[in-house]
Amino acid sequence: MRLEMLRDLLRCEVLTGADALDTEIDMAVASDAMSVVLSSPHPRALMITGLTNIQSVRTAHISHLPAIMYVRGSRPTEATVKLARDNKTVLLSTELGMFDSCGILYSRGIKGGI
Amino acid sequence: MPEELLRKTFEIQGWDFENAGERSAEVTTILKDLDVDPNIILRVGVVAFEAEMNVVMYAGRATLTLVVTDDEIVVEVADEGPGIADIELAMQPGYSTASDEMREMGFGYGLGLPNIKKNSDVFSLQSEVGRGTRLHSIIRLISYG
Repeated sequence: MRLEMLRDLLRCEVLTGADALDTEIDMAVASDAMSVVLSSPHPRALMITGLTNIQSVRTAHISHLPAIMYVRGSRPTEATVKLARDNKTVLLSTELGMFDSCGILYSRGIKGGI
Repeated sequence: MPEELLRKTFEIQGWDFENAGERSAEVTTILKDLDVDPNIILRVGVVAFEAEMNVVMYAGRATLTLVVTDDEIVVEVADEGPGIADIELAMQPGYSTASDEMREMGFGYGLGLPNIKKNSDVFSLQSEVGRGTRLHSIIRLISYG
């Protein structure tokens, strides 16, 4: 699924990376625990989290994940957005909660990271 | 003897959550510049990042040394923290002594050390309570057998 489709499906605001919404993802890892994300690295996986601090972006970078979607309308600080911009990590924010976000994506064929 | 291509030591400051992870990002940049395989960079990155976060959460300060030879990458982290009383227990997935504040930072769920071990070809952890902890991880560039 392209990130632009995901944006429309979950009514996301694009915080940074609007020029990279043609990126394909086919897997997701959902957690507020960054070690869970670090144990499921994948170049086509989306991170779904409510954790908005700078470590979310560092974790995505280390794990080679192309995008993060923050749930429950949570938004990172400007410094975090700037690091994501520098790292070329796409940041999205949805008003939906984690459970609903995961359910919608799963029903559209996105599988969980191992 | 393998030829040493690079050796660099970084200082890690404890309790500095804002900059936590920067050293590991630098490590991955160095490896990218050396044209190391992306899968190897990923494994070294996870090892360095988890170890860096452990230092930031538990130890006052530490050094992270990166050594690149022509057949392996070594990450060694030596801290001056409180030490680990029971290493076997600390290695169990899910075991953690982290505070709520640490968990709010997204870490401290008892998965860091298992993640480090999983990504290492050779892993060792030595610790002395009240003195500090030394973590040694080797990731091979060439697979044998």
